[in-house]
Amino acid sequence: MEPSLARYIWTHTKKQQLWILMIVVLSMVPYFMSFDLPKLIVNGPIQGGGFEQPGATQPFMRLHYNLPFIGEVQFFSGFQLDRNATLFALSLVFLLLVIINGLFKLYINTYKGRLGERMLRRIRFDLVDRVLRFPPVYFKRVKSAEVATMVKDEVEPLGGFIGDAFVQPVLLGGQALTAMLFIMVQNVWLGMIAAVIVGIQIVLIPRMRRRLIVLGRERQLTARALSGRVGEIVDGIGAVHVHDTSNYERADIAARLGLIFKIRFDLYQWKFMVKFLNNFLAQLTPFLFYMIGGYLVIQGRLDVGQLVAVIGAYKDLPGPMKELIDWDQARQDVQVKYQQVVEQFTVEDLIAPRIGALTIDDPAPMTNPLSAVSLSMVDDGGAMLLNRISLQIKPGETVALVSTTTGGAEALAEAFARLNWPDSGRVASGADDLLELPEAVTGRRMSYASSDVFLFQASLRDNLLYGLKHAPLTSVPYDGAAADQRRWNIQEARRSGNPELDIHSDWINYASAGATGPHDLFEAVRRVLDAVVLSRDILDLGLRSSADLTRHTELARRIVELRAALRTRLEHEGLSGLVAPFEPGAYNKEATIGQNLLFGAAAGPELADRALAANPYFASVLKQAGLDRTFYEMGMEIAEQAIELFADLPPDHQFFQQLAFMSAEEIPAYESLLQRLKNRPYEAVSESDRAMIVTLSFAYIEPRHRFGLLSDELMSKIVAARNRFYENLPPELQNAVERYDPAKYIAAATVMDNVLFGRVGNNHPDAPDRIRSIVYDILDELGLYAELLDVGLDFNVGSGGRRLTGGQRQKLDVARALLKRPDFLILNRPLSALDQRMQDKVLRNVLEEARRDGHSPAIVWVVTNPAMAMMFDRVIVFDSGQLVEDGTHETLLAGSGIFKELLS
Amino acid sequence: MLLKDEVGMLQRVPLFSGIEPTKLKLLAFTSDRVSYGAGQILFRQGDEGDAAYVILSGRADILVDSDSGPIKVAELMPNSIVGEIAILCNSSRTATVRAASPLEALRIRKDHFLRLMKEFPEMTIEILRVLADRLNHTTADLIDARSAK
Repeated sequence: MEPSLARYIWTHTKKQQLWILMIVVLSMVPYFMSFDLPKLIVNGPIQGGGFEQPGATQPFMRLHYNLPFIGEVQFFSGFQLDRNATLFALSLVFLLLVIINGLFKLYINTYKGRLGERMLRRIRFDLVDRVLRFPPVYFKRVKSAEVATMVKDEVEPLGGFIGDAFVQPVLLGGQALTAMLFIMVQNVWLGMIAAVIVGIQIVLIPRMRRRLIVLGRERQLTARALSGRVGEIVDGIGAVHVHDTSNYERADIAARLGLIFKIRFDLYQWKFMVKFLNNFLAQLTPFLFYMIGGYLVIQGRLDVGQLVAVIGAYKDLPGPMKELIDWDQARQDVQVKYQQVVEQFTVEDLIAPRIGALTIDDPAPMTNPLSAVSLSMVDDGGAMLLNRISLQIKPGETVALVSTTTGGAEALAEAFARLNWPDSGRVASGADDLLELPEAVTGRRMSYASSDVFLFQASLRDNLLYGLKHAPLTSVPYDGAAADQRRWNIQEARRSGNPELDIHSDWINYASAGATGPHDLFEAVRRVLDAVVLSRDILDLGLRSSADLTRHTELARRIVELRAALRTRLEHEGLSGLVAPFEPGAYNKEATIGQNLLFGAAAGPELADRALAANPYFASVLKQAGLDRTFYEMGMEIAEQAIELFADLPPDHQFFQQLAFMSAEEIPAYESLLQRLKNRPYEAVSESDRAMIVTLSFAYIEPRHRFGLLSDELMSKIVAARNRFYENLPPELQNAVERYDPAKYIAAATVMDNVLFGRVGNNHPDAPDRIRSIVYDILDELGLYAELLDVGLDFNVGSGGRRLTGGQRQKLDVARALLKRPDFLILNRPLSALDQRMQDKVLRNVLEEARRDGHSPAIVWVVTNPAMAMMFDRVIVFDSGQLVEDGTHETLLAGSGIFKELLS
Repeated sequence: MLLKDEVGMLQRVPLFSGIEPTKLKLLAFTSDRVSYGAGQILFRQGDEGDAAYVILSGRADILVDSDSGPIKVAELMPNSIVGEIAILCNSSRTATVRAASPLEALRIRKDHFLRLMKEFPEMTIEILRVLADRLNHTTADLIDARSAK
């Protein structure tokens, strides 16, 4: 990158800089005119200059000039106006100038701002573009948070400076020079004095600023290191807690903040010191004028008029000077920042742009063998991982790489995946160096999965399809306002040197997954998920989440059919007792009282959980139904029982998991509440206390808690209250609850709850598992299995995929690699988080899936267990960075080498 | 059956007879009330032991696998506890328990059971007594079997 900020700005914005300079110069004309006008107004119409006679008039807007050699030329004789009319006319001209000046200012500021923002966009894009092209080794040394802070924060001030980069010095320099010249004309000696002081300022101040620059650089580095550390704490929070090192981290952060404070404070001290000196020097000049100039006047060598004129002219010098110095400070500041960032982003061995160039058309299959030619790999510490290995992987062959702990098979896999670069020797596809092939070839015709999985914070689907998003394949039709917006986007992208690629285009390369479009992609997805044995997990996720009805319409459309099928099936198997269905006119004993009252899913915070009892409308319904007192008494009973049972237990006791009514932390509050309310009549209890107590009863399930609080009469009253609640539901609550309706899908509830449309009985410990497998059966029978899998694919995997287990992440990574249907599939201990049985199963499935439909990719698998090698055509054994054995499973087994040793 | 009735039942189980009623109530509350139809399996021989069961009503058979199919070795009556051995030894189930009639039981989870033992030594001693008793019987049986040979 361009090391000098000024040149970087000039290269990319010279036209705009010149244009804005021109506009600024042009804006000076009305600006200076508006200076002269007040004098005209005061002297003319207000004080009556030129209007001494009553009825006298003056010409207005007379255009006349004194041209050299020609004499006075009159272009326009002007209107003759009297005193009042002149006052109004001149005032209007003044107003006009105010507006013109304002408009100029508006235009200039907007233009400068836009210029700065465009440059900022360009710089940031350039930086990220470089990150995308850094060599792999760089990422072992840099913290992600530091790179992020450089791209985001450290270049930010550049935007504000860029608009002023050239205009400001020209303009201010011009003003200062004019004032200087004027002083010189009045009196050379006094002019010399002013010039000397300005000279001192120009020499001294930047010198003092050097320290500011050093401090500024330190400030930037320490702040960057701070954000790197904060990022590390976030990423490594588990390690912090596991080792009780949170106070060590606190100390570290406090020490860093202390250092940053010291630097920043030093910076302030110097800054104001410099400012003080600067101001002092500016004020020193008038002192000298008064003293020396005054002396000269007394001596009679200078007349008073000149002195006054010089002092008057000097007024205009410090302003521009000060701004110029400020500008210079800003310049140095951003220059330092810019340099710091550029230094960090100037890396050797940057990946050439052509490697990552956008390629729309799919490259031809890789039919050449993949080979390592006298390949050596070294780790970051300099230790030899692979020592001059030569081997060849032919297309279509399946190879197990077996390795002792220091074998180096992983390093070979990483070399093939280009994740690490050879120290010497090379990896090649046929005659081509693999590193010279564009990523469009290696990224589409080869795929790689390892135990070290990275997932993006997006849905499972997005992560799975990520490996297919190489290029925008469709052009999205935009119309109306969207088309304008798109045009604007393209135009602005061009102006900032950004690419015009449309993120809203369809990037998914269906063909490489063996599909023709979105409609049949799912088949491919399902097959790879089945292959890695992940489908069941995703189905479970689907059942537990609420479906997005705009996408999964089929599920909602056939919900009645589904529910009926489940009932029939349960009856058929004699399992009806497992589920208590929701029926609009009946009490569901397996559900809580709250659920029976609301008989719907809360879709907003108004009626959810604890808010229900406190909701005024809900409370009024209970009152009308004569239930308020009943529930209060029931709540008191529950509170007493719960406190009797649990009050003695320490708050972390595992029994608290069984207490549905309140948390361990709430026990003391309820204890004191109970004492306070014990003998108080119901009427004397405050609304909020009532809600606290009533809410306890809402969590009650008779078969589970067995306090004996529910009678038939109470149940029918609850059902009546339920109907009353919905009869007069006020409009503001219409959207807060979705009523259970046997014929309708409940958007706010999970898929499982929707299919079940009831509660699983509490008395059957294995009921949830049995019901779940029945539900899967039914979904499959009704052809809704795919739909549910699709719901599961909506699941957001969380930051770095942390909402999935390690095993699930690894399976997903393998599925992603498989989905591409590559020519070379490289798997580097891809399933290390799974147990051996599961690894074997997935291995078998993957080998089969990869070869489906007559495909025959080469598969290179670094196995975790030598026994897995049996499934491969060829086995290559590594030990201490050397290739020690190479052959079929049988031949190696027949020999007496390391492989046999490893197996025993 | 309500919680307080369950407490009454638990009091009649020798293992729990020495424990004060409020603690028994807590045990009952934190246990799951489960019901089975005749012929349903509570747990199978070889399963991992994750809970003990107190029979509240109904009968159950204890079956042991043999070469000629399952053999019934004992019958469980209300107020008896079953499955506590596997919890204590961290071993798998030594027998299968099958409901012989509609059955109601309290399912006491392993971690709850162990916690109770820690907190109530009298219960632990009672369990020791039962175990020692069983060992006595087994030893006597063994002697009988040897001398009969």
